[in-house]
Amino acid sequence: MPTLPDLLFYALAGFTLLFGFLCVANPFSRNPVTSAMFLVLTIISMAGLFVLLQAFFLAAVQVLVYAGAVMVLFLFVIMLLDIKEEERRRLNKAALGIGGVAVLAIAGLLVRALVQATPLASAAGQRAEGSTKPLGRLLFTEYLLPFEILSVLLLVAMVGVILLSKKEMK
Amino acid sequence: MITPTLQHYLVVSGLLFCLGLLGVLARRNLLVVYMSLELMLNAANLALVAFSHFNNQLNGQVMVFFIITVAAAEVAVGLALIVAIYRKRQTAHVEDLSSLKF
Repeated sequence: MPTLPDLLFYALAGFTLLFGFLCVANPFSRNPVTSAMFLVLTIISMAGLFVLLQAFFLAAVQVLVYAGAVMVLFLFVIMLLDIKEEERRRLNKAALGIGGVAVLAIAGLLVRALVQATPLASAAGQRAEGSTKPLGRLLFTEYLLPFEILSVLLLVAMVGVILLSKKEMK
Repeated sequence: MITPTLQHYLVVSGLLFCLGLLGVLARRNLLVVYMSLELMLNAANLALVAFSHFNNQLNGQVMVFFIITVAAAEVAVGLALIVAIYRKRQTAHVEDLSSLKF
């Protein structure tokens, strides 16, 4: 008798893969806006998977940062550029074939690794539950230096973006 | 129908990664290529969270937190680059940007 979380896993995994497929290879529309919308749906399904894995904080961050901030940025740039011209072009058959071969090769490698791997000794006992508090503690003790470096990285990205998108000075 | 294990999550993650790779290799619009890159990053995140859950450790989740932040910075810089290219060349299409092609 399957329980609700099991059914939820299969549903969310199916949604994630379906929306991901529609994002990269939508047979009905080649419009980047459609791709962006399906990417939002993929990310939200994945946040559901994170909840199933009891990573509540990361699920919230996933929705806020990816589905919120990053996708708004994407849509903003799509609207900024002229996308009408893009839909007329045909797919490059050779690139599609070579890409398909490469993808199949990577998929084969992944399947082989999964088949050959010894199953994880089921870590019984308590799961790391309600993980926001321990996660925060870990972030500000053991991972404090990477955390601070990350803030510098964000500053560098911000300055870089301003510099890139500024009109050239005479 | 069996209870999902680590392998189930890894299969989903691997398939998602392959979808992203297909998008990067086959699509010709710079923006869609960029979205496919995000898909690949997300696949890696899913694998890390699954490992973290089934190993009872939080280190994987900290890693995902860092990856999300770096991805956000990367998207900002990348999109600024795309806008700069578009301003200069009036195109966001991979095939039109082949000046360095041998």
